[in-house]
Formats: sequence, structure tokens, C-alpha cells
Amino acid sequence: MPRSLIVILIPVFSVAAALLLGAIMLLMLGANPISGFATMLSAAFGSLDGFSATLIKSIPLMLVGVGICIAFRANVINIGGEGQMVLGGLFSTMAALALPGLPPLLLVPVVLLAGIVGGALWGAIPGALKAYFNVSEILSTIMLNIVAVQLMNFLLRGPLIDPGEIERGTRIPQTARLPENSDLPMLVDRLNFHSGILIALAAAICAWVLLWRTGLGFRLRSVGLNPDAARYAGIPVKRSIVIAMMLSGAMSGLAGAILVFGSESHRMVTDGSTMGFTGSAGFNGIVVALFGALHPLWTIPSSILFGGMLIGANSLQRVAQVPSALIIALNGLIVIFVVSTEWHRKRLQAESKVVNEDVVDK
Amino acid sequence: MTDVFTTTIVVATIASGIRLATPFLLAALGEAIGQRSGVLNLGVDGVMLLGAFAAYFVVLDTENVWLGVVAGITIGICMGVLYAVITVFLHAEQGVSGIGIYLFGLGMSDLLFQKLVGTPLPIDQFSEWSVPYLSDVPVIGVMLFQHSPMVYIAFLLVPVVAFILNRTTFGLNVRAVGESPESADSLGVSVRRVRFCTIIAGNALAGLAGAALAIELGIFQQNLTNAMGFIAIALVYFGAWRAPGVMAGALVFGMVGAIVLQAKTLGLIPRSASDIAAMAPAIITILALVVVANRFRQPAALTKPYFRGD
Repeated sequence: MPRSLIVILIPVFSVAAALLLGAIMLLMLGANPISGFATMLSAAFGSLDGFSATLIKSIPLMLVGVGICIAFRANVINIGGEGQMVLGGLFSTMAALALPGLPPLLLVPVVLLAGIVGGALWGAIPGALKAYFNVSEILSTIMLNIVAVQLMNFLLRGPLIDPGEIERGTRIPQTARLPENSDLPMLVDRLNFHSGILIALAAAICAWVLLWRTGLGFRLRSVGLNPDAARYAGIPVKRSIVIAMMLSGAMSGLAGAILVFGSESHRMVTDGSTMGFTGSAGFNGIVVALFGALHPLWTIPSSILFGGMLIGANSLQRVAQVPSALIIALNGLIVIFVVSTEWHRKRLQAESKVVNEDVVDK
Repeated sequence: MTDVFTTTIVVATIASGIRLATPFLLAALGEAIGQRSGVLNLGVDGVMLLGAFAAYFVVLDTENVWLGVVAGITIGICMGVLYAVITVFLHAEQGVSGIGIYLFGLGMSDLLFQKLVGTPLPIDQFSEWSVPYLSDVPVIGVMLFQHSPMVYIAFLLVPVVAFILNRTTFGLNVRAVGESPESADSLGVSVRRVRFCTIIAGNALAGLAGAALAIELGIFQQNLTNAMGFIAIALVYFGAWRAPGVMAGALVFGMVGAIVLQAKTLGLIPRSASDIAAMAPAIITILALVVVANRFRQPAALTKPYFRGD
């Protein structure tokens, strides 16, 4: 009985420990941690405007996080979320520029689908390299992130640049205002609160259905749990790995498309780095998924929490001059705490199961 | 266009390739030591960033580059202790915890820079050190023997690391722990102690790599390394876990970078294609990984936590 309590308490403890370290860091930065956390909380969740900003911020985290869950369940670590988001953004942008005449009812799904295809393609490459050439997906995804950002810079400085930028001679690397028919429908116009959140929620639910209610999901999870047993059972392990990476990339690609078509400027812009476009969601999505116990549905609240932390950090920067980079460092600590306690949690869980079964036997 | 191929330009390109290879080499040697003992450290880039900031900050304050180097190594050691505790004692999954270390380093170095420095002030750089006599040899002198001290240190570490791994008892223990921790343990080798040492050595080198980078460039900025640490990890695979192989990989990488830079300054690459040219190193790395992955076997216990008596 106390053991099962410990199983629940360990993740709570790891977050508390990370928050405590965050508080110490705030103190060292000369800010009052209590008022600091209060500022963050009220900025992220205290008002309708704030909460809407939090939800918008959580969209890419939720989608990337759900993608990470799918890959992880097949025992593939997808660190290429950044690059897959960029490719999703590029594909969807090109689709919108190519088909400006379509009515919104058609164009919005088309651009989102283009984003999905771009991300899936960028995910399929490391998947195939792992399955058929034995190349670690951790390394290939990181290399593809580097390739993706250069591709984005090339396209936005050259072929896709806003013709107006060339006329004016300013040459800001960004596309023209994308066709209005491709704007994501608004839920609340005043807050720029667009329908991307509904798409992300639907994607999370679909991922859950896929993983636990379909044959494909069963195969992916079998490959993740024990590839040898899966192979023996006749599951195509290599193809499953490619599919897992494609699905994971598709989620990130969709996130990239939503970033472009839900942005207030309605253009794709680059500042030369991936972070400028993704806001590091490709990496933060990993934190979100881990914190959501690699479960697509738990990833929903987890992404809202982390979206809130990012919004809170921005206001903390304004109010208390604490650089928002604090949150990236804190995210790193949360990952470290969660994975450090993971093994102990699993062991205790296994032991408490054994104890319970003994009781039942008697 | 014939002057493109004059000796001076070729020599300058090779010399700059060697310079560019240095931080990669330092970080990759460290990662190779860790991986030979069965520990994957994905946090190299974060540790490099912290090392780079520590070195930058200390040099800015003291104007002594060597104190900066010491600061970089010290930070590396601290991060090494943290990573060793997480992976060796708490049995954390190595891939993901490395990403945690990376994010921590990325955020923390930026945070400290913004809070403690704010504006990117330039710092003292290494002064070049010409090797007596050798640097006067035509062509080769300029190419190999007129560099900053960090270049010599990095390349001298290659035989040192190779010797330690292949010719000493400690090196034998490292390799045994990386291949079969159970057997090593049954022969009385402490798996924990060996991995603790390799992790700390590896992270110290990552910190040093960051310091070398910051002092070489004379600046610090957010995400200064720009994924160099991840490329260093790939170089370990590229070099098949052997010090000379890692060096060859770092040199290829440095040379490609130098050639792209040189071609850009000579106007051989149109401005519009320079982003495409910048993809070259990453694409070469992927291709190299494909070639290496099927020729060489990685340490058998890589990424596997060791549980004694379970």
C-alpha cells in the first residue's frame, strides 16, 4: 500500500524538485521565487487573454509530443521534431502559394495535408536509415535538422521570398502574405485564438486510438516492447519502424503548418535558425511527452502546462528581467529528474504488483 | 580563376580546416572514451555551451585565456559528475537524459550570458604559437605548425587517448566494461568506477572543446555551438570508436567547412547557394554513418545501464 503511493509520488516529487531548483535559480537571479512563480501562473492561466496565449503556445508542443509518444512506443527516439516542423511549414507554404485560388474549405485541408506530408517525408528518411541501414535515428535526425534549417533559409531567401522584399531592396527572408483563403479559421478573433487547438486535440485522440485500438498500433507497440518477439510473430519490424517515424514526423509537420497558418503575420519567416521558427518546440515536445508518461492523452494536459510555462516565462522576463532562457534550463532539469526516477518507479511498480498477486493467491 | 589553386590558398584552406576541426576533435575524443565504456552522452552540445560560457566569462574578467581553459574544463567535470550520477547510479535512460543535459546547457548558458554579460563584448583570443624550426619549413610550416596552442593540445591528445585505451590496464577495463560489464564485474573490475571516470573525462573534454571554441572566436552568444556537439557524437561513429578514426572524421569535417568558407570568399559559390553549401557537412555525416554502420560494431553494452546482481 505505501509502495503504490510511492509510485504516484515519484513523478510529483521529480517536478517538485525541478521547481525547487527553479526557485533557487530565481533567487540567484535576484528575483523573489514566490512572486516569480505567481507572476508566471497569473500570466499563463489568470486571464482569458493569457489562457488563450497558453493554449496557442501548447499546440506545437502537443503535436510534437504526441508524435514523440508514437515513436517512443515503437522504441524509436525522434529528435528530429525541429526539422520535421520546418519541412511541414515549407511544404504547406508552397502548397498555399501554388493554389491561391482554392476556396477556404478546400485550401485549409490541403495546406495542412501538405504539412503532414512534408513532416512524414522528413521522418521517413531517418526511419528508413535506421531500419535498413542500421543508422542511429538519434544522429540522423539531428543531421536532418541542420539540413532542414539550411533548406528553409535557402527557399525563403531565394525562390519563396516575397517579391515585395526584392522590390523594396529590404530582402527580409520571408514569404509574401499567404492567401487569405488558407488562414486557419478563428475561434475568437480578438485573441487570434485559431482552430489549431482543435486539430491538435483531435490528433492526440487519433494517436491514442491508433496505438491502443488498431492493429497497426498493436504492431508498433510490439516492436517497441520486444523486436525479436515481434519478428517471430510475423510483424514486419523494419517497416513498422519506418511507419512509426513517418507518423511521428507527420505530427511535427502538422505542427509546422499550424505555426505558419495560425501566425499573426500569415507568412513563413526565418531568422536563420530553427529556433526562430519552431520556438524549440521540437525539443520541448520531448519534455512534454516524457512528462505525459509517453501517453498521447496525458500529453494534452502536459503540453498545456508547458505552454503556460513558456507564456509565464515571457511575462517574467518583462516584469522581473529574468531571461526566459530559464525555462529551457528548467525543462532540461525536468527531463533529468523524470528519467532519473523512471527506473525506480518501474521497479517499485513491479514489486507492488508481485505483492498484490501474492495477496490474491492467498 | 587559376589563382584559386595557388599554393597559398590551398595552404590557407588546409590550415583553417585544421583549426575548424579542433573543437570537434576535442569533444569527439571525449565522447569516444565514454562510448567505449558503454555510455552514450547526448548532452555534449550542452556541456560545450556551458564550457564556452565559463571560459568566455573568465577570460572577459581576467584577460587570461588559460584561466578560461581551466574554467571550461571545471564546468565539464561538474557536468560529468551530474551525468555520472544520473546514468550510473540512478540507471537513467542515456539517450533521453542526454537531451535533458543538452537543454539544461542550452538554457543555462544563455541565461547566465544575458544576466552576467548582456552585450557581446569581444575577449582575448589565443595567440598563435609557432613551433620552433618546424614552422619555418615551407608550405608544411604554415599548414601544420603555426596554430593556437589548443590545436596542438587537441591533436596530441589523439595518441594519448589511443595509448590509454589500447595499452593500459585502465583502457582494457574501459573496453571490457563497454563490451561485457558482467564479465568485467566478475573479474573484479568496478563497472561503476570505470564508467564514472570515463564520463568525467569525456565531459571535461567537452567543456574544454567549448572553451577552445569561445576563445578561438573571441565571443559568446546564444547557442554558440550550433549543434557542433551532436556532430562530434556522429564523428565517434564515423571514426568507429577509435581515436585515429575520430581524428580523421574531425579533419574531414573541418576541411569541408574550410573549403566551403574559402569558396564563398573567392566568390565560387553564388550567394543564393551558400545555404545549400552549408548543408554539406550534415549530409556527408549521414552518408558516412550509412557506410560505417554496417562495417563496424559499436561497443556491445552501449546505452545499457548495468545492474549488479539483478
